[in-house]
Amino acid sequence: MQVTRFTSLVGALALIWIALAFATDGIFLTPRNLYNLSIQTCVTAIMACGMVYVIAARQIDLSVGSQMAFTGMLIAFAQVQWLGAETPFAWLASIAIGVLAGLALGAFQGWWVAYRAVPAFVVTLAGYLMFRGAAFLVADGQTVAPLSTTYARLGGGVGGSIGPWWSWALGLAACAWVVAQLAYERRSRARYNAAVAPLWADVLRTAITCAALLGFVAVVCAYPDPAAEGGAAQGKGIGAPVLILVAIAVALGVVARRTRFGRYVFAYGGNPEAAVLSGLPTRRVLLGVFMLMGALAAVAAVITTARLDSGTHSIGQMAELYVIAATVIGGTSLAGGTGTIAGAIAGALLIQTLDNGMVLMDVSSAKRQIFIGLILIGAVWFDGIYTRRQAR
Amino acid sequence: MTPLVEVRGVSKHFGGIHAVDKVDCTLGEGEVLGLLGHNGAGKSTLIKMLAGVFPPDEGEIVVRGEPRRFANPREARAAGIETIHQTLALAENLDAPANVFLGRELLTPWRTLDTDRMEHEALQVIARLNPAFRDMRKPVRAMSGGQRQAVAIARALYFNARILIMDEPCAALGPAETRMVLDTIRRLKAGGIGIFLICHDMGDVFEVCDRATVMKNGAVVDTVRVADVSQDDLLAMIITGERPR
Repeated sequence: MQVTRFTSLVGALALIWIALAFATDGIFLTPRNLYNLSIQTCVTAIMACGMVYVIAARQIDLSVGSQMAFTGMLIAFAQVQWLGAETPFAWLASIAIGVLAGLALGAFQGWWVAYRAVPAFVVTLAGYLMFRGAAFLVADGQTVAPLSTTYARLGGGVGGSIGPWWSWALGLAACAWVVAQLAYERRSRARYNAAVAPLWADVLRTAITCAALLGFVAVVCAYPDPAAEGGAAQGKGIGAPVLILVAIAVALGVVARRTRFGRYVFAYGGNPEAAVLSGLPTRRVLLGVFMLMGALAAVAAVITTARLDSGTHSIGQMAELYVIAATVIGGTSLAGGTGTIAGAIAGALLIQTLDNGMVLMDVSSAKRQIFIGLILIGAVWFDGIYTRRQAR
Repeated sequence: MTPLVEVRGVSKHFGGIHAVDKVDCTLGEGEVLGLLGHNGAGKSTLIKMLAGVFPPDEGEIVVRGEPRRFANPREARAAGIETIHQTLALAENLDAPANVFLGRELLTPWRTLDTDRMEHEALQVIARLNPAFRDMRKPVRAMSGGQRQAVAIARALYFNARILIMDEPCAALGPAETRMVLDTIRRLKAGGIGIFLICHDMGDVFEVCDRATVMKNGAVVDTVRVADVSQDDLLAMIITGERPR
């Protein structure tokens, strides 16, 4: 079921890309634009991965943009004011501080939701206000810059990619993994008498996945690195934010399918009463979900501040809407209990594609907001139709 | 011989309502005790206390001679009490193995879920209850009532429960599936397991129960040996709340 939904999402994405290619005279499909799109997608996608857990557990987090602002400010302030931007490992220490702060914000919200039974909608709406205010207080509303040069590379800008050689190596390794996964899945399903999809369908799906992976590598390697010295311009390769996203997505995918925590999140979302009657530690699970979301908001803040090479309290505005829209478009049902990491990333790519494409077409930011809002309504409407059809 | 479970003067209030009022009952090894009464008679509240969903306000629950107080369902399970709730308490979005092992997952040495082994073990238990059950990977939502019931029973049986609570296990089932559940009850009973059975169907009660405790308005009307009474006697007790003469 999830697969067909994911497939239709990828199909929609392909159509939008073709349409945008025509509407922008091909500018949309230039390596430069696609590289930027890959970086833009990461911030939304990383938080969408966490939002899958939040929404699958029948919760919502409206404060992720404000969490980004606060943790981002804290990281920048710690790095520049406390540690000194160019102190060795100051950038790493500041990231650790930011992630810990994200965990703390998540723990605060999660505690109210899980242990005091205040609805997540209310708690995180309050968080939306409070954390934005706290972000202002960190440096009294001032912008903190410049940040560590090593840190700035995490934003995928100058020196923020891994070059063609490593990109191709990673791309090929990923393809090998996808093929191995297919073989393992088919063997395991056959062994336990589960329904096995026809071979051609699985092969086609795998071939498309591998083509997409290698196509992505080819595109980012075709974008000449503006920072490269000398005549022979080298391709940029995969950007650092994309690597961070991939690492997080793989880890959270494993957690969702292979750990107790992941299973309890989905069990709780599927039937909270059953989770309680089965003796699951439901409060701790909810607390954990919000803490995870906080930590991911901090990671998103790292990428955003690194790209800007500064910390300002205004980052992450409307991020919550983009993240929730991406998650829902990606097939995570607001009714709880279903959702995939891969879907959320595809959803984030779709949202950012529209945003990016409309910028190229000179659509004003006011009109972009209206359009993204309509997309969100459409996605939830579609989710409702899909869920009802499945229930029959 | 000490009974498996002794309920001594247990009460539970919700606000001003006495949901369960000084209830006594006992359950022996290999015995099926029917809990009868109208909706709202206090049966479900009573078994929720036995299952550890909430503690009693008064009285005590003695399991194999030991007074116990369960803070949560996990503690009740650890004491060997398994419950099949009327709602079945299944996560409908998950598959059968995930539900059978919910809260007690089998882990690999790396602390990750051992999904293959859970699937294999779940298949073994469920196949004994319902041999037609093959596809272990479809979500519970897509299963028939009988298959869901099999999953819920398998969850209780896999962990070698000594005491089983079944809350209206046949209410939503067809005749063939009801037969499967009654056969299972008889088999478990032969294995020495004690069962609390909440049931509204007098035919089923007379088929599998040894004794029956009738409740009305939270209190016990009487406990009788099923062999000593007629269906009409039991129905009269349920309706009037008076003991048979």
